[in-house]
Amino acid sequence: MSSNVKVNGLDNYLDSFKRLEYGDRGPAWLRPVRKAAMERSVELGFPTVRDEDWKFTNVAPLAKKSFSPSESGDTVTLDDLAPFVFRGQESARLVFVNGEYVSQLSDSCAQPGGVIACSLAQSLELNQELVKLHLAQYQDYQDDFFSALNTAFVKDGGFVLVPNGSVVEKPIHLIYVTTKTAMPPATFPRNLIIVGELAEAAIVEEYVSFGGDEYFTNTVTEVVAAEGAQVEHYRVERESSRAFNIGTVRVQQARNSNVSCHGVLLGGGLVRNNVHPVLAGEGAECLINGVFMPGGKQHIDNYMRVEHTSPHCNSRQFYNGILKENASGVFSGRIVVHKDAQKTDAKQTNRNLLISDGAQMDSKPQLEIYADDVKCTHGATIGQLDEESIFYLRSRGIPEETARTLLLFGFAAENLDRMKQKPIQHYVVDLVKDWLPHGEILKELG
Amino acid sequence: MLEIKNLHVSIEGKQILKGLSLSLEAGEVHSIMGPNGSGKSTLAAVLAGRDGYEVTQGRVLYEGRDLLEMDPEERACEGVFLAFQYPVEIPGVGSIQFLNAALNAVRKHRGEEELDALDSLKLFKRKIEALHMRDDLLHRSVNEAFSGGEKKKNEIFQMAVLEPRLAILDETDSGLDIDAMRIVAAGVNALRSSERGFLVITHYQRLLDYIIPDVVHVLVDGRIVRSGDKELALHLEEQGYAWAGERDPVGMASV
Repeated sequence: MSSNVKVNGLDNYLDSFKRLEYGDRGPAWLRPVRKAAMERSVELGFPTVRDEDWKFTNVAPLAKKSFSPSESGDTVTLDDLAPFVFRGQESARLVFVNGEYVSQLSDSCAQPGGVIACSLAQSLELNQELVKLHLAQYQDYQDDFFSALNTAFVKDGGFVLVPNGSVVEKPIHLIYVTTKTAMPPATFPRNLIIVGELAEAAIVEEYVSFGGDEYFTNTVTEVVAAEGAQVEHYRVERESSRAFNIGTVRVQQARNSNVSCHGVLLGGGLVRNNVHPVLAGEGAECLINGVFMPGGKQHIDNYMRVEHTSPHCNSRQFYNGILKENASGVFSGRIVVHKDAQKTDAKQTNRNLLISDGAQMDSKPQLEIYADDVKCTHGATIGQLDEESIFYLRSRGIPEETARTLLLFGFAAENLDRMKQKPIQHYVVDLVKDWLPHGEILKELG
Repeated sequence: MLEIKNLHVSIEGKQILKGLSLSLEAGEVHSIMGPNGSGKSTLAAVLAGRDGYEVTQGRVLYEGRDLLEMDPEERACEGVFLAFQYPVEIPGVGSIQFLNAALNAVRKHRGEEELDALDSLKLFKRKIEALHMRDDLLHRSVNEAFSGGEKKKNEIFQMAVLEPRLAILDETDSGLDIDAMRIVAAGVNALRSSERGFLVITHYQRLLDYIIPDVVHVLVDGRIVRSGDKELALHLEEQGYAWAGERDPVGMASV
C-alpha cells in the first residue's frame, strides 16, 4: 500500500518478535500468520491523524514509547482480585497477568455440557483444529495496524467454546491485569469466543491495572455467533489513567443470531474501542450499547463499524458519554449496508454530556448504503444537563447537587439498564456511581 | 397562607404579570382562569421558583415569609408543590429513586425521620392504591414514555406522597380524558383539608365541576379582573373572557 515504509516506533516490536521467535515457535500453522502480520504491521506503521479513521485520536505518544512484549508474569493473589470478582456469580474466571494466563487465579475451565473456557495458549494445543478454523479469520489485519500487531504477537488470551444448544447461565469473566514491571510492557490479549447454534453465553472482558501505570494493551476479540446463538459481550475498561488500550471486538453473526456488545469505559489514558459486528445471516440482530466516562486528561475513542451483509437484520447502537475535566472523547459510528442487505433496520444514537468547560467531544455518524430498501437513522447530541429537568427535581425538594447527580446517573443508567446480566449490571452501576462527582449521594439513596 | 401583592413579572424584558394580587387561606381552593397568554403559567412558575422570571415589583408571602427569596427546593420542603403543566421526562432515573430522594429531602427538612427503602416503597404503594392508579409507574423511569394522562396523574401521585401545604396545579386538566380527569380531581379532593390550600389554574370550567373552588379569579392580561364564587366560572364559560374584563357580573359577591 504505502511505498514509504514507516518503521518508526516499531523497532522494539520487531526486535522482540525476532528475539522471542514468534515466527518460529508455537503451532506450525500459526507461525506464517504471525510472520505475515508482523510484516504487515511494519508496512502499515502507526496510523496518524491524517488517516480518516484516526482523525480525532493521535497515537503519536504511543508510537514514541518503547513498549515491548511482556516477558514475565507477576505475583497477584486472589485477595488482590477480590474487588473484581462477582462472588459466586461467575461460571468461569480466567485471569491473565501481564498477558499470561495464571491458572492459580482462575476457576473452572471445564464446564458442564461440553462448554470450554480456558486460555488460548491451552486451546492452541487441545483444540487446535477448531482454533485454526476461526483464529484470525474474521478480524482483518491487512488494513488495520493494531490488529496486525496483535496478530503478530498472538500467544494467549481467552478461549470460550459453547457447543450447539448449550446455555451458560452465569457470565464467563476474563480479567486482564497489568502490574508494575521493570520495563513498561505491551500485552496482546487475543480472545476467541465461539458460540454454537442456539447456544447462549455472556462473556465479560475486564482490563485493570495493579500498580501498572504507563503501558500498552492491544487486544483483539473474535466472537463467532452461529445460527440462533445469543451472546452478550461486555468490555469493562478500568486501567490506569496513563495506560494505552487499543481494543477490537469483531463479531461474526450467522442467521437469527442475537449479539449484544456492551462497553463500560472508565479507565485508560488513551483508549480506542473498536466494535465491528458483521450481520452475515438473515434475521440477525445486534446491539451495541455502552457508556464512556473519561476525566482528567483521558481520551476515549469509540469506533463502531456495523456491517449489514444479509437481508432483514437489525442493528441498534446506543452510546452515551459523560466527559469531565480536560477529557476528550470520540464517537464514530459507521453503518455499512451492502447491496444484498435489503430490509436492513439500523439505528444509532450517541449522546454526550460535557460537565466541565475543558472537556471536548467529537461525534461523527457515517452511513454507507448500497441497498435501496433500508431504514437507517442516526442521531448525536453534545450538550449539558437539561435545566428543565434540574428544576423539576428541585421543585420536589431535591437539593440542586443531588438533582444534578441523579440526572448524570440517569444519563448513564439508560444504557446500563440494557445490560441484562444482573451481577455485571450491579457491578458497573457501582463503578459509575464511584466515578460521578458526588456519586456518594446516590449510594445513600440506595 | 399565601399573599401575593401587586406582583409584576417580566420575561426577557416583556411584562407578563402587571400587578397581580391574591390572598389564599389554608383550607381554601382558589381557581385561576384566563385566556392563553394571560399569565397563568407565569404565576405558577414564579411561585415554584423557576429561573428566567424577573420580579420587577410586588411581593409574595408564604406563611408570612418571603417566598421569592427561597430556592425551589426550599419552597418544596416548606410545603409548596407545583403540578407541572408539562411534566418532564427523565430517562434513566427510576421513579422510586426519585420519590425517595424527594420524600426524604422533605422529611429531613421537617425534622422527621428519613424512611428506609422498604418503608417508603410501602408508602408509595399505599398512596398509589388510594388514587386508584396502576403501580407500574413506580417501576419505570420518571415520566419516560408516559402518555399525557399518565404524566398528569403522576403529578397528583407525587403531590399525595409529599403532602404539601400549598399545592399549585398548572392546567393539570389540559388534555385529559374523562377518566384521568376524575382520578386527578379525586386525588385533589382527597387531600383537601383545613390545613392545606390549593391554587388550581385551568383553562376550562369543566375541571371545576369536579374540584369545587371556594374562589374563582379571572386573569386577563396579567391582572385579576374579577373574583367570585364558583358561579363566576359558569358565567365565564357562557360569556367568554372579554365579558369578564368589561363589566361587573351580576350577582357576583366580591371576595
